[in-house]
Amino acid sequence: MLIKEIQKILKDYRKTGWVFEPDAKRILGMADLEIPRFAWARRPEEALTFARSAGYPVVAKVISTEALHKSDVGGVIVGIKNEQELEGAFERLQKIKGCEGILVEETLAGVELIVGSKIDEQFGPVILLGVGGIAVEVYRDTVIRLAPLEERDVSSMIRGLTARRLLEGYRGTEPVNIELLTALLMKFSNLVRDLESHIESIDLNPVMCTSRRCVVADARIILKKHKKSVSASG
Amino acid sequence: MNFRTMFEPKTMAVIGLSLQNERHPANIIYNKNFFRYPVKVYPVNPRGGIYHKEKVFTSVSEIPEMVDLAIIAVRSEYVPGILEECINSGVGGAAVISGGFAESGNAALQERMVKTAKEAYFPFIGPNCLGIYSSNQVDTFFLPSERMVRPEAGKVSIVSQSGGILVDQMVKFAQQGVGLSRAISIGNKAVVRELELLRFLARDKKTAVIAFYVEGFNKSEGREFALAAGRCPKPVIVMKAGKSPGGSRAVTSHTASIAGDYAVFSSVMSQFGIVEARDEFEMVSFCESLSCYPVGIEGRVGIITASGGHGAVAVDTCAGAGLQVPPVPAAVQNQIRKKLSDNIQPIASIGNPIDLTGSAKDNDFVVVASELSKWKEIDCLLVLLLPYIPEITSDVGARLSQVSQESEKPIVAYVPHVEKYRMIIEGFQLNNVPVSHSIEGAVLMVEAMRRCRPC
Repeated sequence: MLIKEIQKILKDYRKTGWVFEPDAKRILGMADLEIPRFAWARRPEEALTFARSAGYPVVAKVISTEALHKSDVGGVIVGIKNEQELEGAFERLQKIKGCEGILVEETLAGVELIVGSKIDEQFGPVILLGVGGIAVEVYRDTVIRLAPLEERDVSSMIRGLTARRLLEGYRGTEPVNIELLTALLMKFSNLVRDLESHIESIDLNPVMCTSRRCVVADARIILKKHKKSVSASG
Repeated sequence: MNFRTMFEPKTMAVIGLSLQNERHPANIIYNKNFFRYPVKVYPVNPRGGIYHKEKVFTSVSEIPEMVDLAIIAVRSEYVPGILEECINSGVGGAAVISGGFAESGNAALQERMVKTAKEAYFPFIGPNCLGIYSSNQVDTFFLPSERMVRPEAGKVSIVSQSGGILVDQMVKFAQQGVGLSRAISIGNKAVVRELELLRFLARDKKTAVIAFYVEGFNKSEGREFALAAGRCPKPVIVMKAGKSPGGSRAVTSHTASIAGDYAVFSSVMSQFGIVEARDEFEMVSFCESLSCYPVGIEGRVGIITASGGHGAVAVDTCAGAGLQVPPVPAAVQNQIRKKLSDNIQPIASIGNPIDLTGSAKDNDFVVVASELSKWKEIDCLLVLLLPYIPEITSDVGARLSQVSQESEKPIVAYVPHVEKYRMIIEGFQLNNVPVSHSIEGAVLMVEAMRRCRPC
């Protein structure tokens, strides 16, 4: 069952067709997935106030109906080290078409994964796990399972990745906390079950994973189109 | 819906038989069943008359017996009315051979038939299909008997959306010596779909392996199919057409882009231990292998050969297929070596692959297979048999098959398929050991067993 707050967010974005990142993260937060500390700043002062309390470096991203893929329009600035840089970033991002504010958030580190879902025409909701970041579609190191997931599905998904060894800690790197990752996937699977009739697909990309945290660094929720559905062919 | 009477009919009506045109599909179906199958066939044509000295009934309702299966091969606009007659006459089920429905833009007509049939719990196959072939029982394919290639009766049942692919598979089954139980062409699958047939075949005593050729599922049908196949105690094999993405669809997320129709299909199949055959060669190999061994294995293979080269190629092919070839430990090696013929004891290499050399005898293959079967670290044996080496006899296939029966560890054999080695090949096949004519094919047969379990 979807709580009222989530239903309201989905309703607000029905026209846009997809949910702005800060609200997508609020939905994920309500489903108990870990999200970064962030602020939706309309004015530079709000961004600065947030950064002062969260601590530098911070990340700034554009919020715009025109920027479903933010990095494609130069809408993501990372490694902002001080107030001056943040003001500059704010100014640049504000110029992007359709800008409705700037998302400022803490900087995260770790292995970049993608966790996603899609409502498949023939198979219904499926869950995807893979190597994340902007090169998702270059490496295509992903596994797909029918939702809802069971815990044993998650371990077989992780085993199915070529990058499995990177998650286990490769040549001295920190291993990913598999328990946290499993918990994240299970919570996500439950959320997808509740959202099924409202969404077309979801990308959590990247999810930043270390031995201590698995945090959703970016999220994209694409809503189902509300036109008369065309029936499947025979 | 009860399918049993349809697949094992004692009485059959062929509706649409022509008194003028002997090549009419209905006439072909009537004749082949009249002459060759243990089923009482009644010709039906509204004009009546006499056909080949038999009375032609003007309607299915005139037939004095209960009809188990009606074959409907009339113009599409007459089909809904005939379906109603069948229902009112208590017919068990039907195969609608006629085309001219959803496949040619006439969806409304098809919908009418679906509604009528569903309200009456009346099963019909098709429309736009070949219908049902049950080995030694019934054949509704409108292909003349002399043109058909009939595999031997066996344990594999195939369901296909395409009639052409189905008939082709039958040719390949016959060539490869794979036994067929039932072949069902479902065409437009208006009422009877893959899912219904999966449920029927899962309980069918004459079917041990269920294979599907699928072009696509309707909304959410794929999910139901996967869940049902995952629960099915028999191996399920699926070959999918339409793997390449059709047209450019606006894709808005990475997940939607990566998880395209085929990627989802393929992933879900393996998730539920449904064996996906990527092409027709795999389809036949998987059917043969799983009809002999309807089991899942982890895929730790012991390889026995008489040629180092064959062993090396097999190891590479196994590695490529994700199968393991664990080295045989010294203690087991010694145990095996002691039992070999004196002349090959010093020269055989028993690491895995086990190379018995060109001087090996039948008995060397048999003792090695038997000893290796006892070793817990392998769960399958691959025997690469070279019938041209001098000491091998035509008994070797049957003898090795006995080892497999006793040990219950699957053996898969490679034998070059030429006529002069037929007795060896049949020694395997008739004793439930699958044989491939290539090393790659034999490895595929092992892979089928490994994939026949949830990943």
